[in-house]
Amino acid sequence: MADHLARADHSDHSQPSEHVVSAGLYWLIWAILICATFLTAWVATVDLGIFNTVVALLIATCKASIVVLFFMHVKYTSEKMTKAILISAIFWLFLLLFLSLSDYATRASG
Amino acid sequence: MSDRAGVGETPLAVEHVDRPELRHHFADVVQQRNAASLGMWVFLATEIMFFGGMFCGYLIYRRAYYPSFAAGSRSLNLVAGTLNTAVLICSSLTVATAVRASQLGKRKQLIGLLFATLFFGIVFLGIKGYEWHDEYVHHHVPTFYFSAQDLVHDNPNLNIDPQATKIFYSLYFALTGIHAAHMIVGIGIFTVITIMAWKNKFSPEYHTPVEIAGLYWHFVDIVWIYLFPLLYLIDRR
Repeated sequence: MADHLARADHSDHSQPSEHVVSAGLYWLIWAILICATFLTAWVATVDLGIFNTVVALLIATCKASIVVLFFMHVKYTSEKMTKAILISAIFWLFLLLFLSLSDYATRASG
Repeated sequence: MSDRAGVGETPLAVEHVDRPELRHHFADVVQQRNAASLGMWVFLATEIMFFGGMFCGYLIYRRAYYPSFAAGSRSLNLVAGTLNTAVLICSSLTVATAVRASQLGKRKQLIGLLFATLFFGIVFLGIKGYEWHDEYVHHHVPTFYFSAQDLVHDNPNLNIDPQATKIFYSLYFALTGIHAAHMIVGIGIFTVITIMAWKNKFSPEYHTPVEIAGLYWHFVDIVWIYLFPLLYLIDRR
């Protein structure tokens, strides 16, 4: 199989091929995350109606996404299994939240 | 699909004398590292479901008792919550750069960054403990002495149900408590990693423990990234 051949190829080298992210990029990600934290705390004090919650969760999802992509190296991994597990975990979480909330939201007592 | 007959001919079970860190049941270090990483990702998927159940309960009760949840949220210490979010982001930076230092074989830098991570983790727990004490003093811990009279008094125009604020505080203490338990486990893991780094166990060829411990730490950070707006910022207008 192709991946077996790829592994056999890797073992010939003393150092396994692995992406090393530049320190500058990590600091940039850190700066974005810190700015987003203070942005979300500030924007919560502005009256946006029901969109306060939407904006807060949107900022949180952006922050979580860049942590997953850059700090957790998902952007650089060649392993498809990592991405498959991540996507299926998010899918199951959505299933849990969406089905439960659509049940409660459509009840007369809800 | 090519045939797998060739696999049997490769000496898979040979002890790798030159690579003591490579376990004999793995073909090579890349396969061993991928297996360890895969295991951690599967564990994190179960963790998403674990926290997901509590998030789901939170969302259902928040819909049902919004004014009480908003009043409970306003009583939390916003400055401490924001500061703690920043502290955890700093710890994620030190973890990410620690993994980088281990990839490059920079031992001194690695040890320094691991100590910085432990420091930030302990600072987070310290601020969290300060908040919990504050809430205990104000009778907001949902036990025998629970009282939400101060919230009812502060929000006379809102329809605040003390029993519903008790649900908010129960969810708040459960979510932050289990998150803090994960932080304590993370500090334990990183203490072991720091000792291993001190004993010079890592090299550019082998640093899997640093990497997968880092995955765990970043996950705990992500949980807090969601907890912060959901608990502290329900209604701050």
